[in-house]
Amino acid sequence: MIATTSNREVPTVELESLDILWFQVSGTLCNLTCHHCFISCSPTNKTYGYLSLEDVEKQLRLSVDQGVREYYFTGGEPFLNRDLVPMIERSLNYGPVTVLTNGTVLKEAWLERLQSAAETSIYSLEFRVSIDGPTSEINDPIRGAGTFNRALEGIRKLSAYGFLPIVTMTQTWEDSESEEILNQFRKNLMQVGNDRPRLKILPRLKIGAEAERTSGYETYEKITPDMMDGYDTSQLLCSHSRVVTDRGIAVCPILIDSPSAILGETLNEATRSFELTHGACYTCYQYGAICTNPSSKRSQDS
Amino acid sequence: MISLLNNSLTYQKSGENCDMDRQTFAFFGGIYNNYLALAAAIDDANSRGAEKLFCLGDLGAFGPYPDRVFPLLIENDVQTVQGNYDHSIGNGLNDCQCGYTDPRDNHFAQISYDYTLANSSTSNCEWLKQLPTEIRFEVAGLRFLLCHGSPRKTNEFLWESTTSTHFLNRLTDEYQADVILGTHTGLHWSRELSEDRLFVNVGVLGRPANDGQTNVWYTMIEVIQSPGKSQVKLEFIPVEYDWERLVAEMHSEELPVEFQETIRTGWWTTCLEVLPGKERLRGRY
Repeated sequence: MIATTSNREVPTVELESLDILWFQVSGTLCNLTCHHCFISCSPTNKTYGYLSLEDVEKQLRLSVDQGVREYYFTGGEPFLNRDLVPMIERSLNYGPVTVLTNGTVLKEAWLERLQSAAETSIYSLEFRVSIDGPTSEINDPIRGAGTFNRALEGIRKLSAYGFLPIVTMTQTWEDSESEEILNQFRKNLMQVGNDRPRLKILPRLKIGAEAERTSGYETYEKITPDMMDGYDTSQLLCSHSRVVTDRGIAVCPILIDSPSAILGETLNEATRSFELTHGACYTCYQYGAICTNPSSKRSQDS
Repeated sequence: MISLLNNSLTYQKSGENCDMDRQTFAFFGGIYNNYLALAAAIDDANSRGAEKLFCLGDLGAFGPYPDRVFPLLIENDVQTVQGNYDHSIGNGLNDCQCGYTDPRDNHFAQISYDYTLANSSTSNCEWLKQLPTEIRFEVAGLRFLLCHGSPRKTNEFLWESTTSTHFLNRLTDEYQADVILGTHTGLHWSRELSEDRLFVNVGVLGRPANDGQTNVWYTMIEVIQSPGKSQVKLEFIPVEYDWERLVAEMHSEELPVEFQETIRTGWWTTCLEVLPGKERLRGRY
């Protein structure tokens, strides 16, 4: 489908299948203020607030009829929400759960409960921990002083409780440096007990704080209707996902700062198609399902 | 009625069904050039009274001599679904469309893909190209849907620990099936769904199930029809075969020692990044 916005034709994407339900569980509140955060989360950004346990339970019940396959918890820093542990425990009765965390506030008592919940569920509980380089010299200027060691300590705790965290990195280095940087990273992770490192590299999303740090999207970095010819739309998160926030249902976790991202109050209202007007849509188009775990990624059709 | 017992979903005899009609089917997944395991599985299924044999695709990968798989399938009338590997080889594409994300996994996948493509005859490539992407049939009122990854996408991974039951219920609704069978992940599992429907990953014959055992797995389903009802008995079957010969042939074909190790030890050494946490933790690497 094609829509016209500001005298420019833009493609639209239908929600083909609600496979992944996200919970913006701590809103835009985070204990860190990373310079590349695409929604500028911080200890004081209250644009979006916490979800309650009741909010999550209600959406879990509704998700059954929608046939949702997986649940993701994000923020901000999800563990700032004091109900996160029971939220995860209850979600594991419905399906697989992934938590996107910076790893710096994990408490062993929480991990003990979550280890037990993961062992008794038939579903996976995954943790994705954000670190942005193999050393504090690379990571800390982006994520804050001391965050490298604190995140590694989080990896150590998760490993000790039997989890295999997926470490996600926004690529802030040149491609030619990748092999050396990633090998260094694996060594550091193994030193804290993460003997099977799983790495996920994310492209830079040039919005929010990152647009201030480097540059925003150029005007040509937009998806045009002809770019959609023969393109497999299942690569785009908006074709199979929605986000529960305290302000309504959003199209994807990347764009929640955009007024057009909120599609309705309820999941049923938020099934309408979405116009791909944003620079971040261009990045999603280029890299495909950037927010999804490797185990759930669907390869492009040939 | 279906019920789960160890590796099998087992029909519970009521003692009243003297007028029963039984039909037995065998389902093979992911051959990965392992013609020795395929031959052993065909013999085993025939000895167990299978009336019809099916293969859910991905005939090529890790193993040696791709062309040795085809006569076994054709001569034994094994109805075969096209997997992503078969689509790639059949159409001469550049890679297997396996969906790996890790550079190491893609490196090893490319080695086996290039070997398989270079060693597949033109006529066998043509045979792969014409395979259907799904097979449907009905037995005793039960609608069977055979696919490779999922009914909606050939290379979609449906892992046991990352696939909710209500998602599978939705697939059976949308694709109007009572029993959906797939493969693609390499690990066999099943899930009972609403209204006595069933999802089955039939496993693969190409390499062990990342469990430290050298055997591979296939699936038998017996459909039992008695007046007024249809019942399904599902069993995952371990297959022993001459894996030492396979390893020797992989060695002589200069296929990676990492592939040989998997066949020899039962632990996956490559293609690990796509495994969910729960499945990954069960393996050695």
